[in-house]
Amino acid sequence: MLPTNESADDAPADNLPADKAPPEHVSTSSDSSPRAPSPNGRANAAEDSAPTSPPEAPTDPAMDPKLNIQDLHFWYGDNHALQGIHMDIQPNKVTALIGPSGCGKSTLLRCLNRMNELIEGTTMEGTVLVDGQDIYASNTDPVMVRRRVGMVFQKPNPFPKTIYKNVTWGAEINGYDGDLDALVERSLRQAALWSEVKDRLHTSALDLSGGQQQRLCIARTLAVEPDVVLMDEPASALDPIATSKVEETITELKQDYTIVIVTHNMQQASRISDETAFLYMGRLVEMNPTDQLFTRPEKDRTEAYVTGRFG
Amino acid sequence: MELSPNGSFNLRRLHRKRVGLALAGVLFLATIFGIVVLVTLLVDVVVTSVPWLDGQFIASLPSRNPGEAGIQSALIGSLWLMGLTALISVPLGVASALYLEEYARDGWFLRLIQVNIANLAGVPSVVYGILGLALFVRFAALSNSLLAGALTLSLLILPIIIISTQEALRSIPSGIRESAYALGATRWQVIYSHVLPMAAPGIMTGVILALSRAIGETAPLILVGALTFVPFVPQGALDQFTALPIQIFNWTARPQDEFRGLAAAAIVVLMILLFTMNLTAILLRNYFESRRAGA
Repeated sequence: MLPTNESADDAPADNLPADKAPPEHVSTSSDSSPRAPSPNGRANAAEDSAPTSPPEAPTDPAMDPKLNIQDLHFWYGDNHALQGIHMDIQPNKVTALIGPSGCGKSTLLRCLNRMNELIEGTTMEGTVLVDGQDIYASNTDPVMVRRRVGMVFQKPNPFPKTIYKNVTWGAEINGYDGDLDALVERSLRQAALWSEVKDRLHTSALDLSGGQQQRLCIARTLAVEPDVVLMDEPASALDPIATSKVEETITELKQDYTIVIVTHNMQQASRISDETAFLYMGRLVEMNPTDQLFTRPEKDRTEAYVTGRFG
Repeated sequence: MELSPNGSFNLRRLHRKRVGLALAGVLFLATIFGIVVLVTLLVDVVVTSVPWLDGQFIASLPSRNPGEAGIQSALIGSLWLMGLTALISVPLGVASALYLEEYARDGWFLRLIQVNIANLAGVPSVVYGILGLALFVRFAALSNSLLAGALTLSLLILPIIIISTQEALRSIPSGIRESAYALGATRWQVIYSHVLPMAAPGIMTGVILALSRAIGETAPLILVGALTFVPFVPQGALDQFTALPIQIFNWTARPQDEFRGLAAAAIVVLMILLFTMNLTAILLRNYFESRRAGA
C-alpha cells in the first residue's frame, strides 16, 4: 500500500497530481527532469477547473497517502528538533498538527515543501514522498516541490502589490499562459474573498483587513495549482470573525486539495480537521481521526494535552 | 527564609527631579553647540559669497583676474565625476551586496569579507588616492583623467554602497521571501520581483549619501592629479579635469582677498549641489515607499 523508495525512484519526478493538474503535453523522457519543466505545457484555466482523469490512473486515492513521511529527522544546528517522524497524510483531507510550542510541528510542516533548507545551519534526514515521489531526491528541484506543495504562513504577508498582482505573480513566474482574469477570479472565489474584493482588484493588497489578507494569501497559493496546501497557524493572527471565515475556506478547500495545518487552537483542530497528529518533543505521539483523538485518545500524554492538563 | 520588610523608602523626589532636569539641560546644550557652529559657518560663507555669486560666476572659466573668474570647468568636472562614479560604483556595489546577502553561504570566508568591507569604509580617503594613483593613473595608464578620478572615488564609496545596500536587503521581511519561495519561485525571481523593488528606497538613499560623500572629496583627487587651473571644460571621460573641492582649495590658498569670496561662492554652489542630491534621495525614497504600498 505504501509506495516504497524503489517505486519513488522509478516514478517520473514530475508526475503531476493526478486529480487536478492536467498531464503535460510534453511527455518527459523516463527519469524526467524537474529542473527543466515545460511551463507552457500547462493547460489553460478552463481545462484545469475540471478534474481530468490521468492516463496512468492511480489506485484508489483513498488507499494511497498523498504524503508519506518516513523516519524524518531534523536538526537546527545541534538541536534535534524532529526525532524520527513516520506519518501518512491522506488526500483530500485536512490533517491537523497539534502540540505544545517547540514540539516541532512547524518544523515538520516546513519539511514538507523544503522550506527549511532556506535556513542555514539545518540538517535533514529521512524521506518525504509526495504521491510516491521523493521530494528530497537529488534530481528533484526544490522550486518544483514548492509549486506542488504550497504554503500559507502564520502572519498574513501579501506582497506590496495590487490584489490582482498578488494572485497572478506565482502563476506568471511558473509560466502560466492561460487567462489571468479567470485565474484571479477562480482563486479568489476558492478562497472566499471574491465578493469582497472584486471591485477593487487593482488596489493595494495592504489596504485589506488582516483576515482578508490571509485569504488573499490562500488565493495566491491556490493560483499556482498546488496539490497540497500547508498552513502554519493561518488564523492565529486573526480575530474570531476572520478566523471563522478562514476556517470555512479551509473546509471548502479539502474537496480539491490536501491540507496540512499547524494549529495551537485545539477547538480549531477539532472543528476543521479529519485527522489529527499530536507531536511532543520532536516525536509523533499519536495520529488518529480527529474525533477519536479528541474523545478517545490512545496515549495518556495525548489525553493530558487535549484536555488541557499540560502544554 | 522570612521576609523582613524593615527598610524604609527615601524617595528624594526633588533630588531626582533636579538630576533629570540638569541632564536634559546638558543634552540640550550639546545639541545647540553643534547647531550654532554650523549656522555661524553657513552664514559667514553665504555672506562672503553674495557679491560673487551670479550667472557670470557659474558660466566662466577660472581666471587670474578675480573679477572674471568662475567655476564652469570645476562644476562640470564635478558633475562628470559624479556621473561616472555612479555608473561604476552603483552596479558594482549593488551586485556585491546582493551576492553577499542573498547568495553567499555563511562561513568564515563571508565573515572575513564583511569585516574587510566594514574596515575599508573607514580607510582615509588619501589612501584611496594613493591606490588610484598607482592602479589607474600609472598602471592602467589613464593618466590624470576624469575616468581615473571616477574610478578612485568609486573605490572610496563602494564599501558604503555595499553596506547600505546590504542593510536595505536585510530589512525586507522574511515572510515576503518565504511566501514567494513557497509559490515555486527561484531565487532570482524572488530577488527581482520582491526583494529589489522593496529594498530600492534604502539602496537609493545609501547610493546618494555615498555620492554626496564623493562629491566633497578633495584628497584623492589631488593625488590622482586633478588640475588646479583648468581653463577648459572637459569633453569626455579621458580629459583632464578639476572639481569643485579642488577649485575651492586652490582659491583659498591665494593671497588676495577676492579669491576668498570666490571660494565662498564655490562652497555655496557645492552645498546647493549636495542639498539637491539629498533632496533627490528623500523624494526617491518617498516615491518608492508609496509604490511599495501597492497600486
